[in-house]
Amino acid sequence: MTQIFAYIPHKNGAAEDVALEYPEAAKKIDAGASVTAVVTGSGADLEAVAAEMANIYSEVIKVDNAAMAYPNAEAVRKALVNILPGDAIVLVPHDTFGMDLAPGLSVKLDSAYAADVVDFEGTDGSALKLVRQELGGAVSTHVTTDASAGAVITIRPGAFAPVDGKDAGGTITDKSADAGDLSVKRTFLEVVEAEVGDVDITKSDVLVSIGRGIEDEDNIEVAQELAEAMNAVVSCSRPIVDAKWLEKSRQVGTSGQTVKPKVYMAMGISGSFQHMGGIKGNPFIVAVNKNPKAPIFQVADVGIVEDILDFMPELAEAISEL
Amino acid sequence: MEILVCVKRVPDTAENEFELNADGNDLDRDDLVYSVNEWDNYAVEEAIQIVDNVGGNVTVITVGDDEAEEVLRREMAMGANNGILLSDDAFEGSDGRGIAAILKAEIEKGSYDLILTGAQADEGAGQVGGMLAAMLDYPYASLVNKIDVDGDAKIKVGREIEGGNQEMNEIELPCVLSIQTGINEPRYVGIRGIRKVAKVEIPVKDAGELGVDAAAVGEEGAKTRRVDYFVPDLGDGAEMLEGSTDEIIEKLIEKLKAKGGL
Amino acid sequence: MSSIIGPASYELFGFFPVVIFSFILPVVGVGLFAYIMARRIAPLVRATPDNRFDRIPERLLNLFFIWLAQIRQPRYMLAGVLHIVIFAGFLILSIRSTSLVIIGISDGFVLPGFDGVIGAIYNFIKDYAATGVLIACIVAAIRRGIYKPARYDVPEKYGKDHTAEAVFVLGVISTLMISESLFEASEMAYALQETGKSHFVAPLSLVWIFKHMLAGASLGFLQGLHVFMYFVHDVAFFFFLCFLPMGKHFHVITSIFNVFFMRVRKGNIKPVMHGVSEEDLDELESFGVKKLEDFTWKHMLDFYSCADCGRCSDHCPANAVARPLSPRFITIKARDLIFKNYPMSGEIYKSPNMLVEDIYTEDEIWSCTTCGACEEECPLGIEYIDKMVDLRRGMVDEGMVPQSLQKPLKALEKRGNPYGKMEKKRAEWAAEEDFKACHTVKVLGKKESADTLYFVDSITSYDDNIQDIARRTSIILEKAGVDFGILGKAEKDSGNEVLRFGEEMLSQDLKEQNTEAILESGVKEIVTADPHAFNALKNDYTGLPPVKHISQVVAEKVRSGELALKPCMDPEQVYFYHDPCYLGRHNSLYEDPRDALDAIDGLTRVEIEKSRDRSFCCGGGGLMLFYEPEEETRMGVLRVNMAAEAGATVIVTACPFCLVNIQDAIKVAGKEGEMEALDFTALIEQHLT
Repeated sequence: MTQIFAYIPHKNGAAEDVALEYPEAAKKIDAGASVTAVVTGSGADLEAVAAEMANIYSEVIKVDNAAMAYPNAEAVRKALVNILPGDAIVLVPHDTFGMDLAPGLSVKLDSAYAADVVDFEGTDGSALKLVRQELGGAVSTHVTTDASAGAVITIRPGAFAPVDGKDAGGTITDKSADAGDLSVKRTFLEVVEAEVGDVDITKSDVLVSIGRGIEDEDNIEVAQELAEAMNAVVSCSRPIVDAKWLEKSRQVGTSGQTVKPKVYMAMGISGSFQHMGGIKGNPFIVAVNKNPKAPIFQVADVGIVEDILDFMPELAEAISEL
Repeated sequence: MEILVCVKRVPDTAENEFELNADGNDLDRDDLVYSVNEWDNYAVEEAIQIVDNVGGNVTVITVGDDEAEEVLRREMAMGANNGILLSDDAFEGSDGRGIAAILKAEIEKGSYDLILTGAQADEGAGQVGGMLAAMLDYPYASLVNKIDVDGDAKIKVGREIEGGNQEMNEIELPCVLSIQTGINEPRYVGIRGIRKVAKVEIPVKDAGELGVDAAAVGEEGAKTRRVDYFVPDLGDGAEMLEGSTDEIIEKLIEKLKAKGGL
Repeated sequence: MSSIIGPASYELFGFFPVVIFSFILPVVGVGLFAYIMARRIAPLVRATPDNRFDRIPERLLNLFFIWLAQIRQPRYMLAGVLHIVIFAGFLILSIRSTSLVIIGISDGFVLPGFDGVIGAIYNFIKDYAATGVLIACIVAAIRRGIYKPARYDVPEKYGKDHTAEAVFVLGVISTLMISESLFEASEMAYALQETGKSHFVAPLSLVWIFKHMLAGASLGFLQGLHVFMYFVHDVAFFFFLCFLPMGKHFHVITSIFNVFFMRVRKGNIKPVMHGVSEEDLDELESFGVKKLEDFTWKHMLDFYSCADCGRCSDHCPANAVARPLSPRFITIKARDLIFKNYPMSGEIYKSPNMLVEDIYTEDEIWSCTTCGACEEECPLGIEYIDKMVDLRRGMVDEGMVPQSLQKPLKALEKRGNPYGKMEKKRAEWAAEEDFKACHTVKVLGKKESADTLYFVDSITSYDDNIQDIARRTSIILEKAGVDFGILGKAEKDSGNEVLRFGEEMLSQDLKEQNTEAILESGVKEIVTADPHAFNALKNDYTGLPPVKHISQVVAEKVRSGELALKPCMDPEQVYFYHDPCYLGRHNSLYEDPRDALDAIDGLTRVEIEKSRDRSFCCGGGGLMLFYEPEEETRMGVLRVNMAAEAGATVIVTACPFCLVNIQDAIKVAGKEGEMEALDFTALIEQHLT
């Protein structure tokens, strides 16, 4: 039976959404696998998350150490190396913390490594069969990874269906004593918050979100007009912020804001996973893009192949006339 | 400061339309154009700027075949002082771990204060920097979007984290950093720049010279292997609205009303 | 009976011979002037070479028309006429001034040949000349000092206002005119009192007026005035001579040279370094202009020659939309730097910084669309495009290229087009279903050949909205019975903007590939619908068959009767033909497109002042589409408004980039529905019989 350990990232005493997604991923690796949640941290926050995880996982390991009060990847890696068995399959989210932690962890555990996995297709002997994406999502690949000596796998947040686990009645094991020396060569100083703009896109129920398809700064006005007609707010993807056409606070995505609208109008957005990673709460997604092959059409609820520069004004007019 | 930047030659995502070959198991590589990985460009620019400020040398290194030399020249045209090509048939098919092991062998022969990589490359794993650091027992920071060289023993680095926030850290030297785009504005390199460094000697080192166990790297040593490429089944994608623009808008408005968008 | 004593014989207080001053003033004045000029020439000697001794007949024609006849002056009527009066007056009075200097040493000196009728006629003319100059100076001073036309304004970022210098110089000129006239009038008034006889004096001239005013003055006063005015003139004359090289009035001296050496070819770009062939460029240490001394001597002379009239900036589209560029200050800032680095005494200073750090900004230099309006307007033949390109070459060499331009440049290097699209898709426009059903376009190569090559270029090949131009051009050529084909994937970007954006080696690469493909195809003629390609193939490339723009083909075939056009299908519309910079100003192609449009019976066409060589750039083509400048509005919007004011409802473009920009500008200007942009090929194709 495969032994899978799921590293639980958390913030302010609450586990991140990926904690609910690991069970589905683990099931796809091996339906009979036992999954242990691993929570590291310190104090009341850690206790709260460990208790929360006991509702979802039958086994929970907690490691309490002040060195991990802020999730320092180096300290967490050291703790995990001391706590996990050498042949463990470790699941980590492919996010900014996971990218910091996982590659080094695989080296220290001397196990295989696979990153940003979007699907599992079971096993073939000791090899895991995985699905990844390459070239910015332009193509997918089947990958095998030899897990005979363990494996560290980062999974793409949002790629696996969350479970609504509750009352698993899991047992919490405290392995704080086994963590060992957690001294680090990289110390956390502070988080510099992104500048807050004039609008809070995280509070809006309807977002008119624009991407490269807007083509030119002056066309943002067109999106603005549609947003007004829909009583919505304009948000955007990263290229728009890089071009300095909109402020950073309007960017949706893993390197921007996480939004939970009811309706998400993706206008001229190709739909990279970094962008989609910023959309939570399963909104109704309308995608308009002139490229019928745009990946956004795979994740949207409704797709329209049109040039947004023509489509948006007409839609705005039609809505205004209602 | 002695800085090593690890770079990679990749299919240029900006200039390619990817299609699968007739068998459907690999990319159609006939019309692909290659260039240096975009993130690596930022890493090299950052290294050059650091050296401009505090002195030292920038060395660029890559693991690859003869054609990979082109990307080293391009980075040297930007201003890197030296290039090193690690090339051996035995290196082909290496996974991230294998690449990191090959790089480690060369790095241990030199004396670098700072090792930079791009945050990720074409295959999107973002793994080599972190593995290399762990192998060397150097501290590591990923997704670095700010470097403040304010001392010989320690520097300050900012990491791009969720929400567009920046996580500031102090990190001991030597260290490995993976560089995120946007940290700087890489300078332009034209054909002339490359021609200027066309005759600069770039040492090529093979497995024997590096003392790398050929069995531990390459296809043989790889624990993680790509089996094939495919275009995912679009199965339950979006419901595509068709017809005239007016019809589409009519249908869309119905749906938006139902979903609370209006 | 006595006669007035001239300055050569006059003794001050009865014993001091003022002739001493007559000697000293010219010696000191000329000596000082020679020293100043030697200092001023120093930077020109250190500048890079420039081949300006070719095409002498054309240069002489320029000298005659632009310098002597001042044909560019009346483009601004009032200022132009004032300038012509002062300029002509100067030329005429230079003879008088020279002889005056000698009169101070030898009383009654007359230049050889000026003692008879010629002298009398000359005197008559020069009296009016002086009068005209004085009047012009007064009007000019009032205009500059009180009415202050906007084009002379100096925005704060560019330094202090230049009005004081301008008015001061007008004062010096007036002093010269008045003192010369009083010198002569006092002599005449004296003679009249003593002899009762009067010389003939040009009626109502300054001398005439002064003579009458002085009729009642005492002999002693007249004698004193005569000598005093002589020296006022002498001092003012030599002061003026030495003052000229200190500022914008240097053009009085340099203009004749600057116009003689001005650009005689149109549409081309200077080589990276005169005297260094393309093959030897790799041996150059550095490319382009980074430091002051990297400019050519002619470009330095340009800086000296600027009269600060502001006509360039008045016509500069970048300046009009408040991009950070005003051509006038490209020159003024460089001149100020020359004056600072090459002082009148002491060491020459060499700045360690690049010009784009010292006096210019990167955005300033990237803001230029190379439309050429500034050069067309300059009455002194000052050049800008070559300087912009040279400055860009310098920046490219240093890697200082905005990120927005790096992507298309890299794509051009790898794929031969700025969009990074695949080479094999270059001819896909011809595979569009409706078009393919009735037309086939030959791809020239091993199997196919043709008389004429249709060079499509990148935007027309790849841009979904522009590909129609390619299809329509093909239909027109087919209808006109032209045996033509395209290069398909062997065609690369013409590189017109690659060269003009300073990426010399890449442009040469593209040029080589295209030249080889074109020559290999064996065509006898090239046709294109893209003026940028037209310009590049015609002016940047060498050894190609003749190149024509599609409008030339249409005009020719209509004239020869091979192509017939239907009466106007939409006679209600008012058409306005917008001259593309690279067809008009850079290649003097103004009539053929108009002739072609006028061949459509019943088509109403309007012209405006800003047409032909005064056409206003739509916003720029090629790489300019990728550059994101800071600007208050778009050039295209200004252009659309100009056309709207003239009552036009359809703007006819003859360039794919103009079409993109104008279409866009109509939307931005909120004139959708009222106006439309229509490409020349669309209009012609609609009217094919």
